[in-house]
Amino acid sequence: MTTTTEAPGAELGKARLRKEDARLITGQTNWTDNIKLPGMLHMAFLRSPFAHARITRVDVSGALSQPGVIAAFSGADFAGEQGSLPCAWPVTADIVIPAHPPMAVDEVRYVGEAIAVVVARDRYAAADALASIDVDYEPLPPVLDIRTALDDGAPKVHEAGNKSYEWVFASGDVDAAFRDAPVVVERTYRQQRLIPCAMEPRAVVAQWLDDQVTLWSATQIPHVLRFALSAFFGIPEQNVRVVAPDVGGGFGSKLQVTAEEVLAVLVGRRVGKAVKWTESRSEGNMTVHHGRDQWQRIRIAADRDGRIRGLDVDLLADMGAYLMLVTPGVPLLGAFMFPAIYKMDAYSFKCTGIFTTKMPTDAYRGAGRPEATFAIERIMDELAAEIGIEPLELRERNWIKHEEFPFTTIAGLTYDSGNYEAATAMAKELFDYDGLRREQQERNDRGDPVRLGIGISTFTEMCGLAPSRVLGSLSYGAGGWESASIRMLPTGKVEVVTGSSAHGQGHETAWSQIVADQLGVPFEDIRVLHGDTLVSPRGMDTYGSRSLAVGGLALVGACDKVVAKAKVIAAAMLEASPDDLEFSAGRFSVRGDPEASKTIQEVALATFAAHALPEGVEPSLDSDATYDPDNFSFPHGTHLCATEVDTETGFVKIRSYVAVDDVGVVVNPMIVEGQVHGGIAQGIAQALYEEGVYDDDGNLLTTTLADYLVPSAADLPSYVTGRNETQASNRLGVKGVGEAGTIASTPAVVNAIIDALRPLGVNDITMPCTPERVWRAVQSANGGAA
Amino acid sequence: MTHITVMVDGVNYADHVEPRLLLVHYLREVVGKTGTPIGCDTSNCGACIVLMDGVSVKSCSVLAVQADGSDITTIEGLADGELHPVQRAFHEEHALQCGYCTPGMIMAAADLLRDNPHPTDEEIREGLEGNLCRCTGYENIVRAVRRAAEAGVAP
Ligand code: FES
Ligand code: FES
Repeated sequence: MTTTTEAPGAELGKARLRKEDARLITGQTNWTDNIKLPGMLHMAFLRSPFAHARITRVDVSGALSQPGVIAAFSGADFAGEQGSLPCAWPVTADIVIPAHPPMAVDEVRYVGEAIAVVVARDRYAAADALASIDVDYEPLPPVLDIRTALDDGAPKVHEAGNKSYEWVFASGDVDAAFRDAPVVVERTYRQQRLIPCAMEPRAVVAQWLDDQVTLWSATQIPHVLRFALSAFFGIPEQNVRVVAPDVGGGFGSKLQVTAEEVLAVLVGRRVGKAVKWTESRSEGNMTVHHGRDQWQRIRIAADRDGRIRGLDVDLLADMGAYLMLVTPGVPLLGAFMFPAIYKMDAYSFKCTGIFTTKMPTDAYRGAGRPEATFAIERIMDELAAEIGIEPLELRERNWIKHEEFPFTTIAGLTYDSGNYEAATAMAKELFDYDGLRREQQERNDRGDPVRLGIGISTFTEMCGLAPSRVLGSLSYGAGGWESASIRMLPTGKVEVVTGSSAHGQGHETAWSQIVADQLGVPFEDIRVLHGDTLVSPRGMDTYGSRSLAVGGLALVGACDKVVAKAKVIAAAMLEASPDDLEFSAGRFSVRGDPEASKTIQEVALATFAAHALPEGVEPSLDSDATYDPDNFSFPHGTHLCATEVDTETGFVKIRSYVAVDDVGVVVNPMIVEGQVHGGIAQGIAQALYEEGVYDDDGNLLTTTLADYLVPSAADLPSYVTGRNETQASNRLGVKGVGEAGTIASTPAVVNAIIDALRPLGVNDITMPCTPERVWRAVQSANGGAA
Repeated sequence: MTHITVMVDGVNYADHVEPRLLLVHYLREVVGKTGTPIGCDTSNCGACIVLMDGVSVKSCSVLAVQADGSDITTIEGLADGELHPVQRAFHEEHALQCGYCTPGMIMAAADLLRDNPHPTDEEIREGLEGNLCRCTGYENIVRAVRRAAEAGVAP
């Protein structure tokens, strides 16, 4: 029998259109807010209007008499069972982790903190009844600026004070590196507070049947959430099922165990009915964890020729009012990335985590790494200006040469692969670097009011989170493995169960491609299941660009086991020794006798029938595998941005943007390119548009999408992408791509703006670089009114 | 309660609704057209866009009673046996990731192309200014609309 099976590996690298799309483009979706259950009730939360206040009285009785209201509860009503929202990353032994009840009982510490909940027949009735709850507050002073929060006499967020922790790291002799250094540059950069704004607002539905609860949630982490509900809220793990149905984006914001999820479970149990809650955007902007919010003091010491001697970083990181799931660990994910792709003799890092009366911060796309990359890439430009050399030239003098890999950095990470020269050369060519530099010079020479600037970001990141032993050494509360299962169905079709939980990444497509190659079955014959702890009982979920670099490898391990089992059965069918069989493109054949062969589908059917299995062989080809990576992965790239900056209006236009990324081997180039695009957009948004702003009383001013400027298509440029490929040291050679664009693009854009204005004497502008800020920077540099 | 009759995706519905009920809640919760999602509460995101008598509207900023007597097309009714050219182009150009903005984006793009069958990239970007996407960076959305335009959107 002749078949025309494609060669093994045929799927890898193919721009397969996505399996996910059919339902998403026709509206046949299953968002959590779509769920309707019999008798389901709706919850609405009363939230604190004060940044900081003592609660002296909460009276929910008024709400109870409102039409359609079934129940209303204050924090005190759940005091015995609501516990404290977990922080899984106690980064130091003496870290202060304050109690964080899902509903405040005695004191509120940020605007939006939940105080009471109404349960009603529909969402309108629930919302209406909130007005009938009486709360007495004694306002307390807000704490809003981490630069002064540790001063003597500063008001306290928590009894224990405003310092949560101090974490330090040092490598090499930093004093020696700075002592007598010919050049030292010091800067302080602001990482403004960002609001993630996934387009799908959070939503939860909880339903109890007997002693079992099912929680549907718009979450990135159904498995972690199940564990948390059990470990911290006393619901036996075997009785908890968590489902992440279609989830409309996350970017880290849905990597959380939220008050509303916990309360849905507790309230549902109390009222004996399914309950649902869907946030409004304004509610979400206030109460979905925020990102970034750091002050970064960074010092770099170098020789006259630009060789870096040492780097010293001192961060103040705004924790917000409480420590949520990984709040204190976010700056640590950046701690190892300040040295980036550069060689140096010494490095020291200190981070102080500080409480304020604001929404807690936590992971947001890149989590720690965009902050680090911004600071190092910005100060490399400043160092270049100080020494008087081309910023790309300075980078090249310091970066790890491609023949030096694997290379252990001063921060102790071992970069397994990369080629900064190749990525940069490709980016320069796509960008027309030399041509743009010439145009820039011409414009400067003629004093053009619209200046051209070129911004460089030769970034790397650590992702593929993460080797469990490294997480352990950093005091993280869990491991970093991922799991996968393969179910070989009797008809030769395949069910793939993955522990990672997609919310836009395209796992159903990419995972099908990997399995199609590994098992030699058609792409169309594979279904990928995820996001339901009943279907996929083990997993560490999706964040930190880990799905492919960890979950993808688990998949390969599971496929190996299927093939190994199938080989024994195929050998029996072919009356050969398993050692004499080779497996290729879905077919087991006897070496030297290609006519004697069985497809994996034939083996699957024979296994199901189980009529003639070899002695001691179970009638199943199914397999489970777990993969724990040995190392992080280190995507890198060179991003180049050209901006036109109007010195008269302060308006910044991105004229061109080139991104050359090395994300290792690519499973689906179309999906990878999409991730790069979206990542770049989010980084540009930080550079130019977005900032979560609190007023002097601690009220969030940017509660709507009219105030918090998520950019539209009209605000963003077109991107040119290119790819260089060096293989990561794992079996697929993959590195991860989810966060790369965001990490790279923010400094590229700001460097471009500063590069345009440096001849006018501007060397920094605080993000977001709004027209007003740019204009003021130009004015003050001109000696004009600031 | 007010009595309204509305045609939604070719089917007639008659319902008693609260005067304050938003059209998007009527569509999602009364009619069951959950294909149309909600992304904000200030008419900024465009996730909820439907066609009302052939013209795109943000269904979160229209009351159900204002839709009385009108003909609504949602994302669920756009395909007519086969995918609408804009739907197909979104798939082929990978113009969606999580897909949450997609229904509104597709409806807005369909309306844009009806007005302007051959838009420039800049016109596409301006035309979709009222639709926010957090995932794609818009590059592939622009490509998809261009592709749909090239394919010729049915009148
Ligand atoms: S939900 Fe209608 S514009 Fe956002
Ligand atoms: S595809 Fe996720 S918001 Fe547009």
